[in-house]
Amino acid sequence: MALPKYTEPHYRIWHYIYLTICGAVFFFLIAPLFVIFPLSFNAEEFLSFSDGMKSLDPDAFSLRWYKDMIYGTKNPWGLAAKNSFIIAIFATIGSVILGTVAALGLSSRHMPYKGLIMAVLISPMIVPLIISGVAIFFFMAKAGLAATHTGIVLAHIILGTPFVVITVTATLSGFDHSVTRAAASLGSDPVNTFMKITLPLILPGVISGGLFAFVTSFDEVVVVLFLAGLENTTIPIQMWTGLREQLSPTILAVATCLIILSTLILVTAELLRRRSERLRGINR
Amino acid sequence: MSSETKQILTTDGIPLEVSLKKAERKNKIKAFLLVAPLLFFLIITYVFPIGDMLFRSVDDKMVTQMLPKTFKAMENWDGQELPDEEVFAAFHEDFIKLVEDKREGKLSTQLNYTKNGFKSIIKKLRRASKKFEEGNYKEQIMSVHKRWADVEYWRAIQRRAPEFTGQKYLKGMDMYVNEEGKIVSVEEDRRIHRVLWLRTLEIAFFVTVFCFLMAYPIAHLLATLPMKYSNLLMICVLLPFWTSLLVRTASWMILLQQQGIVNDFFVGIGLVADDNRPEMMYNKTGSYVAMTQILLPFMVLPLYSVMKTISPSLMRAGKSLGGTPFIAFWKVYFPLTIPGIGAGCLLVFILAIGYYITPALVGGASGTLISNQIAFHMKSTLDWSFASAMGLMLLSGVLVIYWLYNKIVGIDNIKLG
Repeated sequence: MALPKYTEPHYRIWHYIYLTICGAVFFFLIAPLFVIFPLSFNAEEFLSFSDGMKSLDPDAFSLRWYKDMIYGTKNPWGLAAKNSFIIAIFATIGSVILGTVAALGLSSRHMPYKGLIMAVLISPMIVPLIISGVAIFFFMAKAGLAATHTGIVLAHIILGTPFVVITVTATLSGFDHSVTRAAASLGSDPVNTFMKITLPLILPGVISGGLFAFVTSFDEVVVVLFLAGLENTTIPIQMWTGLREQLSPTILAVATCLIILSTLILVTAELLRRRSERLRGINR
Repeated sequence: MSSETKQILTTDGIPLEVSLKKAERKNKIKAFLLVAPLLFFLIITYVFPIGDMLFRSVDDKMVTQMLPKTFKAMENWDGQELPDEEVFAAFHEDFIKLVEDKREGKLSTQLNYTKNGFKSIIKKLRRASKKFEEGNYKEQIMSVHKRWADVEYWRAIQRRAPEFTGQKYLKGMDMYVNEEGKIVSVEEDRRIHRVLWLRTLEIAFFVTVFCFLMAYPIAHLLATLPMKYSNLLMICVLLPFWTSLLVRTASWMILLQQQGIVNDFFVGIGLVADDNRPEMMYNKTGSYVAMTQILLPFMVLPLYSVMKTISPSLMRAGKSLGGTPFIAFWKVYFPLTIPGIGAGCLLVFILAIGYYITPALVGGASGTLISNQIAFHMKSTLDWSFASAMGLMLLSGVLVIYWLYNKIVGIDNIKLG
């Protein structure tokens, strides 16, 4: 966004001030994440840059916190990671199935009480997590599902479905319904039509909704804090406990791994978004 | 008119109107059946439990059931002077039964909510009651502790007779029903909840304002830059958005600690003395800084998606008609972005008002919000009915905002990335 040559000087100054402000905000957004990388390789037990690190002395860097994360006897990170992945995967599958099917119904123009039902389906996203946590805890305690994997998976399905519903209904809004009618007129039954025609076309939306559901479950801590017992500990719970009690560099090693994971998810989500925009462009 | 015109029939001989209606109904049922699994799942696991919270928040059967005979005997008591022997005897009978079931501790906790001072005198009564002789319980109970001879404490017990109560809601607003049955506020220095509500509103409001002020310029930049640059900068918004909340909070804990980088920087440029480093964490500042950064993407994304649709030729037209760039911006561009501003601000405000994790970690005592209080009562004091009442008060506030959001923006217009 270069300025035209005839711009008057004081607008030019304004423009540079504006760019500086933008730069500062971008820095504010992204810089905190990059503090974690170098400190996780710290050879010492402190959470600030040692003099050795400032002068880039190789002895000041080490992998000891990563070793501690993986082999540390006191650290339940292995169990937490296993639980987190199991819970997130099942919660994602559940959310994607329930959410996609519901989105198909919601995008039908015959759907009665669309606004009201949509409001109910989206509500877990809007209601403050602490209230969802209390409510879900009461239910799971009554159903005897507190401190079980099943209970946590169900809770995360509740929290994850709104994202799937939103992304899939958005994808379906650009969906050309005549293709399903064409399939039906050629003798395909509804299930076959869905699997062979509809699903491949809305797949980017479904997958990005699934990514949202996965991340929601994988990062979720408020509801899990109410529900989890000792055996159901997850990565967020361990981080929460660690951050409350003592900030050790091992947490930073875990945080670095999480940032790498979220970068991977971001790249996937972006590629999907562009693909789905391209597809919708063609449909129009 | 329609009855006179000849009805159009389908090939089966059924009137077209009927046949169409039938098809329509079939489609409606089909659409509903698709939504039904999720809808019923959510109603059972989520909507009903929230209703359960409502029930719990007003339910006060526990004490009613613990002292059935006492409350029966109290029906004839006018509450002016000490109750007579009948009430004391009934209370003794209920109490002995509670001690047998080992539930007198629960009673003392419950009564202590109504009036402070019950805990110790119930403990004393339990010990003394083992040696009680039959008859004349009034004398015997009153001799255990002078508070048992105080009519105030008996009135406090009587106030717990009804099965339902709104006292948890009053407590959430630092009010209570006094001895005369009037609703009054607690003393000035004990109004902890009002302070929390106000602080929650204040922090949510200012975080929203800060987010708006920071998000507007960068959303504008992202929307006006050529695609290849804006996509790159968009990563700065999306990477924090996808990163775990706890990771981002952890990074702020490192940055803001007293020996942290931000403080080092301030010392380095001579803003503060090395031996006088300010506390930037475990107080309101920590909550403000961390929450603003964490919620910023939620403001940028709706603003960006609205700004993207504004054609740059509008600004050029404004300028060519004689407006300075500032007037063109203020009269043309800004009004067009209002839907995005509304969406972003409401989203950030709703999220901020219910924030829990970040304030608990960096907020300290002066930076915690109402959510932290709810969690505290759920986990530490185990006063679940109070936690439910506070949760529902918060929820009703959020629902009003949600309703406004729906009116202004429309729920189905929420965009994610």
